[in-house]
Amino acid sequence: MSIKIQVKVNGMSYTHEVEPRLLLVHYLRDVLQLTGTHIGCDTSGCGACTILVNSRATKCCTLLAVQADGCEITTIEGLAQNGKLHPLQEAFKECHGLQCGFCTPGMIMTAADLLQQNPHPNEEEIRYALEGNFCRCTGYHNIVKSVQYAAEKMQEAAVKTKEEAVV
Amino acid sequence: MSTNGYIGKSVKRVEDKRFITGMGKYVDDIILPHQTHAAFVRCPYAHAKINSIDTEAAKAMPGVVAIFTGADIANVNGVPCGWQVNFKNGDTMKEPKHPLLVADKGRHAGDAVAIVIAESREQAVDAAEAVMVDYEELPCVVDAAEAVKPGMPLVHDDVPDNTCYDWALGSPISEVDEAMNKAAHVTTLEFVNQRMVPNAIEPRSYNSSYDAANDKYTLYTSSQNPHLIRLLMCAFVLGLPEHKVRVVSPDVGGGFGSKMFHYTEEALLTWCTKKIGRPVKWTAERSESFLLDAHGRDHITKAEMGFDASGRITGLRVKTYANMGAYLSTLGPCIPTYLHGTLLQGLYTTPKINIDVTAVFTNTTPVDAYRGAGRPEATYLLERLIDLGAHEMNMDPAELRFKNFIPPFDGVNQPGYQTQVALQYDSGNYEGVLKKGLEMLGYHDFRKAQKEAANNGKLLGVGFSTYIEACGVAPSAIVGSLGLRAGLFEVGQVRVQPTGKVSVYTGSHQHGQGHETTFAQVVADKLGIAMEDVEIFHGDTETVAFGMGTYGSRSLAVGGTAIVKSIEKIIEKGKKIAAHKLEASADDIEFESGKFTVKGTDKSLTFGDIALTAYVPHVYPPDLEPGLDFNSFYDPVNFTYPFGCHIAVVEVDKETGTVKLQRFIAVDDVGNVINPMIVEGQIHGGVVQGIGQALFEGAEYDENGQLTNGSYMDYCMPRADDVPMIETASQVTPCPHNPLGVKGAGEAGAIGSTPAVVNAVIDALWSGGHKVKDIRMPLTSERVWRAMQN
Repeated sequence: MSIKIQVKVNGMSYTHEVEPRLLLVHYLRDVLQLTGTHIGCDTSGCGACTILVNSRATKCCTLLAVQADGCEITTIEGLAQNGKLHPLQEAFKECHGLQCGFCTPGMIMTAADLLQQNPHPNEEEIRYALEGNFCRCTGYHNIVKSVQYAAEKMQEAAVKTKEEAVV
Repeated sequence: MSTNGYIGKSVKRVEDKRFITGMGKYVDDIILPHQTHAAFVRCPYAHAKINSIDTEAAKAMPGVVAIFTGADIANVNGVPCGWQVNFKNGDTMKEPKHPLLVADKGRHAGDAVAIVIAESREQAVDAAEAVMVDYEELPCVVDAAEAVKPGMPLVHDDVPDNTCYDWALGSPISEVDEAMNKAAHVTTLEFVNQRMVPNAIEPRSYNSSYDAANDKYTLYTSSQNPHLIRLLMCAFVLGLPEHKVRVVSPDVGGGFGSKMFHYTEEALLTWCTKKIGRPVKWTAERSESFLLDAHGRDHITKAEMGFDASGRITGLRVKTYANMGAYLSTLGPCIPTYLHGTLLQGLYTTPKINIDVTAVFTNTTPVDAYRGAGRPEATYLLERLIDLGAHEMNMDPAELRFKNFIPPFDGVNQPGYQTQVALQYDSGNYEGVLKKGLEMLGYHDFRKAQKEAANNGKLLGVGFSTYIEACGVAPSAIVGSLGLRAGLFEVGQVRVQPTGKVSVYTGSHQHGQGHETTFAQVVADKLGIAMEDVEIFHGDTETVAFGMGTYGSRSLAVGGTAIVKSIEKIIEKGKKIAAHKLEASADDIEFESGKFTVKGTDKSLTFGDIALTAYVPHVYPPDLEPGLDFNSFYDPVNFTYPFGCHIAVVEVDKETGTVKLQRFIAVDDVGNVINPMIVEGQIHGGVVQGIGQALFEGAEYDENGQLTNGSYMDYCMPRADDVPMIETASQVTPCPHNPLGVKGAGEAGAIGSTPAVVNAVIDALWSGGHKVKDIRMPLTSERVWRAMQN
């Protein structure tokens, strides 16, 4: 038995017939071949599979593809816009917020959600927001710095846009 | 030699772009044409006889391609062990077969009984559940010190007392006994260095294929050392011709030791792919990672340190039971011996040391190297003893260390330091790192604050750990004499292209360390060219000549040096070409900032000129071969010995026993530093893994041999809100025996940090009048609270 789903992923619309038990993460990785979303634990424990579903950070290893029917999804591959990296992507490189890179997509997507909700998080708020995402390489030190750096850059950009609008 | 200033700079990583855009390529991302997927039937018991296996129903399930059991591979060898340790009486260690699939009995929960191959992952899992195995559960052993007692169940019927080997190192025990008898004070500690689960966030993954037309195999593996996997699999397990087997380790999501070893699944998938004529892929589920990735540590130790009346250490006596698990993993036997016993000199002038180790089989997951491998256990032992000794003798723990440190030596003007336990340290300035750490801490003020806090009913504590490690593994002759069945050199090829661009092929493998940046910095700096003109290749046996891989903090010290050796050859040849073109003697050519110049003149040629000449020679020395491409094998003359001082500050909640880590200071001396940003990142990560061992982590087995915390819901790893920012500083004492002067930084954090945290908690309790000697790690609130009640 298969069920028809329609999803919008990184701005593109897709329609597929899927097995009801197909996990969303397997749909993204195997069907759409978007392998930037990783599987670290199969049980929502590690956060490597975090994507944005309707703009909110979501661990897609415990969500069925059929549950995403009608949803708008952003994965790490869709974060850069018009060839320009998202400030968080820039920040992770600038602040050495990654080592092996495996947790990185999930970490960045979680942070993207945080900065949408709270553009000026303090260290404690950043650490709390990221506590669903494991990183075994960095000790989180530079990840926290990356998020702080991105928040500053996004703030600067917002101020600049506002000033330009005024002018 | 020229420099354009890349060495020593925090250059941003060149590999990052693919990872931050989701374009990294890990093994599980690879799907091959006609792909099949494997799932395993695993023994649910710690110890069980297999009476029968019925695969008929499973074979009839949808999508099933093949099912194989232990009977099908009875003639295939098991995976080998790479390090031989002998019994005290000279007998070879016990080395039972580690089969790819077990046929007679399961020896630990998770032991593989059958492999099921199907069209899809889900079909393979479904069918694996339909395989019927008749098990007869047997009594099991879990605790290493218990397992050696008479009458205990045997993991392997032909290994008496479950003893893999017994082993000793150091001064004759009678001399150490005498030192301890004469000591003014003896500090005794009986403790467990608990079993750790490495938990790289990428689960192990393999994809093996066979090309019948060319009789060639390709294995994609999430490994730290593809060449070694190929060698072990071809020569010792499957008997395949090595030149017909390609092993590729693409992007690998963390290793921490656990991806060094040759695992049964690698060989089994490669055996299966030829049988079925299609590629076979398997990626561990996290629950499988917990049960199958080699664990770390698991020592039960009694250690005694003797002091004279002034606090000078006079002797050290250690007895350790080391758990090997159910089978010997690739390097399991060397961890408690040659990477643990040999480090017990620490930073101190202890004149008499003896360690006795019994390695024991149990019905648990095999144990092998985990970040630090033996050195964290040695450091924990020493640093706990010296801090506790200070408490017991009412001395200051920092002062006690200063009193016992080996004096500074650079290994050039002063010789290396010969320890009592086989090793010779290369260079060190141990008091320097502690002094720096104390300054960063503000030690004097801290002790005042601690007293004040105690008067107000608050428990503050500080813990020190001044550690040393042996890295840059390893001088082949030395490790060979200690039982390693292979040399540990490294390979580095530098191929200059005709246009002056440079391709570098290294036998090191990066899985987070940033080699593509660090190595490019070294090459660009030495050749005086732009970093963008250098590309680092690794992880593929087809393109890299050979390699021993990445572990033991060896990549830069050994792999980097191999590359430097090739660069030296390129410059030497370049000088000959330049001399010919400039009509000068090669001895008169200088190479500086990418230019070959006739000394004292302005006649020069660029690196690019020489590269082009080397490949399209018109004017060329008659006795020189064209081309500019050198491969070097580098075998280090000694280990390298990074060291440092880690300091933890904690507050312990009197009512709940909860430990709050307030500060963590790490002063590390890893020799010269190529990229400070990357080195700091390595320290941060290592420190937090070590904090994890002290406060959060540990594999828990019940009496039935079941791992009771084998999931991320149950196994507590540090999360972002569990740890503070890490305050780092560095000191530089160059390694005297490699040209870069580097020592290695990958493991330092995990080696130094654990005892610092535990010592801090103990210090906090003593400040409140609780004279506690030990609390079993991890220091959960409950354990700390209970310690305060006694």
